[in-house]
Amino acid sequence: MRRASTVWRRLDLRSRIGLGLLILVIVAALLAPLLTTIGPDVQRDVAKTRFLAPFTSDIHQVFHPLGTDRLGRDVWARLVHGARVSLLVGVMAMTVSLLIGVIVGSAAAAGSRLARSVLLGVTDFGLGIPRVVLLLLLASLWQPSATLVVMVLGLTGWMPVARLVYAETRSQLARPFVEASAALGAGRLRILLRHALPNGMAPVMALATLGVGNAITLEAGLSFLGLGVQPPTASWGTMIASGRDTVVNAPWVGLAPGIALVLVVIGCTLVADGVRERR
Amino acid sequence: MLHGMLTALLRGLAVVLGVVTLTFFLLHLAPGDPVRRLLGPAAEPAQIEAARHTLGLDRPLPAQYLDWIGRAGRGDFGSSIAHGRPAAELLGEAWPATALLVLLSILLSWTLGIVIGALQANTRRPGLDGLTSALTVALNAMPGYWLGMVLVMVFTYQLGWLPAFGAAGVDAEFLSAGGRLTDRLRHLALPLLTLTLIGLGGTARFSRAAMRELRDAPFLLAARGRGLRETRVVMRHQLRNALVPVVTLLGLSLPALFSGAVFVEAIFAWPGVGQVLVQAVQARDYPVVMAAATISAVLVVAGNLLAEFLVTVADPRTRDAAR
Repeated sequence: MRRASTVWRRLDLRSRIGLGLLILVIVAALLAPLLTTIGPDVQRDVAKTRFLAPFTSDIHQVFHPLGTDRLGRDVWARLVHGARVSLLVGVMAMTVSLLIGVIVGSAAAAGSRLARSVLLGVTDFGLGIPRVVLLLLLASLWQPSATLVVMVLGLTGWMPVARLVYAETRSQLARPFVEASAALGAGRLRILLRHALPNGMAPVMALATLGVGNAITLEAGLSFLGLGVQPPTASWGTMIASGRDTVVNAPWVGLAPGIALVLVVIGCTLVADGVRERR
Repeated sequence: MLHGMLTALLRGLAVVLGVVTLTFFLLHLAPGDPVRRLLGPAAEPAQIEAARHTLGLDRPLPAQYLDWIGRAGRGDFGSSIAHGRPAAELLGEAWPATALLVLLSILLSWTLGIVIGALQANTRRPGLDGLTSALTVALNAMPGYWLGMVLVMVFTYQLGWLPAFGAAGVDAEFLSAGGRLTDRLRHLALPLLTLTLIGLGGTARFSRAAMRELRDAPFLLAARGRGLRETRVVMRHQLRNALVPVVTLLGLSLPALFSGAVFVEAIFAWPGVGQVLVQAVQARDYPVVMAAATISAVLVVAGNLLAEFLVTVADPRTRDAAR
């Protein structure tokens, strides 16, 4: 706990705002059942409970802080339960990207000339592919699901990570402390894992934080096109998609998940900026 | 220099070929059959077989692939299975709409973004910088399809000022020349605003960072010491040096812009390449998807090459480095 408070004290205002936003959303997602009075998928007398404006109660005396959608489902309940799906998909997708990117990037930096040109070639090739074309194709290959979205986003997002890890590791490997530990008898793998990689991790983590926000946005985009998380499961993307059909008579259905998404991405951006500029 | 350009060109060709190959096999191995969709649920198995044979889809996949490569190399992309018209013709009708949208939004978001970023970096009022930074961070965070939806909510349904769908009104044929132009511009407004605002956030943030890094550079102090006017110092010395990373980003952001356009076109029913692509993927219209994938890969590679070239224009030092 003491460590957490020292970390907080070292942050600038911008990163504190960003981190605060993220913590707020994460806590809301974790505590979703406690923060809601009604389940995210509960629909009762649809004709009488649909399209209720925010801050109204329905005929069952249930209060809806953010109103209801076209099936009479509580928007607030769907928002916090959807946060679980959206955040999990974003974080998992970035984890997949991070794993592949770190392995490819550091192997390219520490490996032989041949390994380097092959790995960098593959990375550049991946960067050249228009991501949406690949996303559309991969997402329509199998039955759409949250797992598929994670894999698809992870497999199409590791190339910038690999590029950055490569550049950082190269520059770390050229520094005197690497020579010193080699002189002390440390092996290549030990130097890479214990010295070069950890020292170059700050910008990589900044990029990964941005990537989480990006992945959440893309998940929502895929769900929006009907290729991501499938209804009735609430995710911010499926919510925005259903809100699009009711823009005229119930704008709050699409506004709420969009604002939540923007807040998370802003949080990620601010934290990443703070990490990057602290170096 | 020439050597460098040749390698870059070869690398670009390899990327295009790789993308096309990957797309071809992914697409053909994916479940879903264009013929079944074409003939409907009442089709007899014999009819389906016959249609598959006519379209050449019953041949082994590698043979189909080689055949496609051979014909595409000569500029023949085959005919759409769903529409029966040449795929090149379908895309030929769609691309001006996408090009208009994307080029205008690049122009607007990059000029505005660079100007805003430069002002933020050089202003002496921290409040102005903070306020505009909050705005650009927020814009940068917004997904295009959502921002588009909100703009439709405000400008179409609340205020009733602008149309939200398509590129022209249903009565466009009957308007005078001037009326038709106004009609087109009114339909262009919301999609263009959406794409521009999204791009603007990122560009402004990036050019602010690039300009700020140079703010206290010794060569700017030297330029001021020699008595150059402030506008000249900023425009010729600070901005030109800051543009190097910004221009590189422009090339790298082309694929992202293309994908942004796909979503924005879906929202506004803008009759562009993105719209054609989404529909073709859903209908498994192989020839059209392949043609669209080829064109987008070529565009992305060309964008990267253009960015590399523009960097050598902006920064003479890289001309020697590139050999």
